[in-house]
Amino acid sequence: MQKTSNPADLAQICRQVRRHIVTMTGAAKSGHPGGSLSATEIVVTLFWDVMRHDPANPKWPERDRFILSKGHAAPVLYAAMAECGYTPVDTLNTLRKLGSIYQGHPDVRFIPSLEASTGSLGEGISLGLGMSLAARLDKSPSRTYVVVGDGEIQEGQIWEAAMFSAYNKVDNICVIVDYNRIQLDGFVKDILDLEPLADKWRSFGWHTIEVDGHDIRALQKAFAEAAATKGKPTCLVAHTIKGKGVSFMENNPKYHGVAPSAEEVELALKELA
Amino acid sequence: MPAKVKYELKLGPATRESFGKTLVELGRENPNIVVGDADLTKSTMTTYFGKEFPERMFECGIAEANMVAIGAGFATAGKIPFVSSFSAFVMTKGFEQLRCLVAYPNVNLKVVGTHSGISIGEDGPSQMSMEDLALACALPNFTVLCPADDTATRWAVRWAAGHQGPVFIRTGRPKAPVIYPADATFELGKAVELVPGTDVTLVATGLLVAEAIKASETLEQEGISARVLDIHTIKPLDEDALARAARETGALVVAEEHLVDSGLGVRVAQALAKTVPAPVEFVGLTTFAESGSPDQLLDKYGLRAPNLVEAARRAVARKS
Repeated sequence: MQKTSNPADLAQICRQVRRHIVTMTGAAKSGHPGGSLSATEIVVTLFWDVMRHDPANPKWPERDRFILSKGHAAPVLYAAMAECGYTPVDTLNTLRKLGSIYQGHPDVRFIPSLEASTGSLGEGISLGLGMSLAARLDKSPSRTYVVVGDGEIQEGQIWEAAMFSAYNKVDNICVIVDYNRIQLDGFVKDILDLEPLADKWRSFGWHTIEVDGHDIRALQKAFAEAAATKGKPTCLVAHTIKGKGVSFMENNPKYHGVAPSAEEVELALKELA
Repeated sequence: MPAKVKYELKLGPATRESFGKTLVELGRENPNIVVGDADLTKSTMTTYFGKEFPERMFECGIAEANMVAIGAGFATAGKIPFVSSFSAFVMTKGFEQLRCLVAYPNVNLKVVGTHSGISIGEDGPSQMSMEDLALACALPNFTVLCPADDTATRWAVRWAAGHQGPVFIRTGRPKAPVIYPADATFELGKAVELVPGTDVTLVATGLLVAEAIKASETLEQEGISARVLDIHTIKPLDEDALARAARETGALVVAEEHLVDSGLGVRVAQALAKTVPAPVEFVGLTTFAESGSPDQLLDKYGLRAPNLVEAARRAVARKS
């Protein structure tokens, strides 16, 4: 893979990743396109610019760790890992099919270069804490990045982990909330509102940065600020749009857990050309 | 067949104490050992480890789910984490994390539940775990150990540290009767025949092993030759020893400080249904207990040698 800090290059990669997301969920006829599209800039900026990792040496001990705590957004992670060279691109369309390495939710048994099997919500920050604390013990520069969903942080364990992180001054962990404001049953504000969200993280002792989760330059700046922040964990509250990049999917709760039809895939790919 | 041994069954350390002491030894031997606890270090006895290795001790506060998941993260990063709390809490509040982050990806986490069963005593049912073995056995990839005394616990903790894969160890609060000499050796998944016998087999685990030995002595006076098997490994179960016991003695009693509907008893019955079907009687818990001294509770809820003796008589009477 060719790492890059150039926002135009990263935007180009995002477009390619989005094409994969739409195509693979369309082929699978199920899956979670909306929350994959909303997290695309976050994931691409991390994998191509921010994180220290090496697809040729996936178990490099000092690598940075990435955990997709919102495991249902597996398509964005699969697309990114395939484009990085961890896994084949040409079988992405076997998503969710029997025997595919691209399981419904990320599964380390099928893709050993994944850091974690995820899918049961609320657990990724705690898991990342174990990795971050191990790195601290080993005096390793490894950092851990955890992407959580907004609906996901209704889970109580998130706040157990939030309390623990700040109290223990775990500054090599960075949590990104993909705040697309939609969960399965509808808009987050109508299900169990999270506001004031940034204030919640601040009150739990986190260095908190609100950022446009689709603005690559802003994300790069926020990740740099996170890495420079000592003695505190950092949370990026990333304001995003569910279904971002495909006009008819944007901000539409339907596409949380419903795949695009064949015609919709064709329309979407035209928009993402 | 082992020679007949006279067991004194003097009280020795609680198995949680043996766990805490062994953890410190392991910590000295291996810098990769890390330990998590949830505000019960002075009860689970991880306090010994925490005092000697504060940098490798992670106190999680009263947040078991977070503790289990942090432990899974440590294991993923190459450490050998032990997490501990009362069995009643770590196995229930941490169960989903044990399922998805530990069992499913086969992560190298060691879980030690203390204060198991009703012998925690005065604290009462909210603190008593009667279903922890069922929960642990329901997790694929887990090895499940229930040592009876100090020596067995020291072995279990050491075995867990050396094993690559998830392990649950069940320990207790009260002082445990000494069954094994300090130099006894164990093999994973191999039951220990403590007392030879030909008429019935008493299959026991944990605190009930000592009761089974006492029961065998009473039965001997009645002319019933009772074999005693210590099942220190609940999973994988020693199906060969059980089949042999069924073939050679023709009837069995299973005794455990656990719900009879979901513990060792049902596993033994399953094993025998596959190999040598035989009459089996079950000694264990059928409902929530209450406050009381451990001895009072074990008496009241029927987990004593006389209960095993009665069950053995029933089992023998059912032989065709």
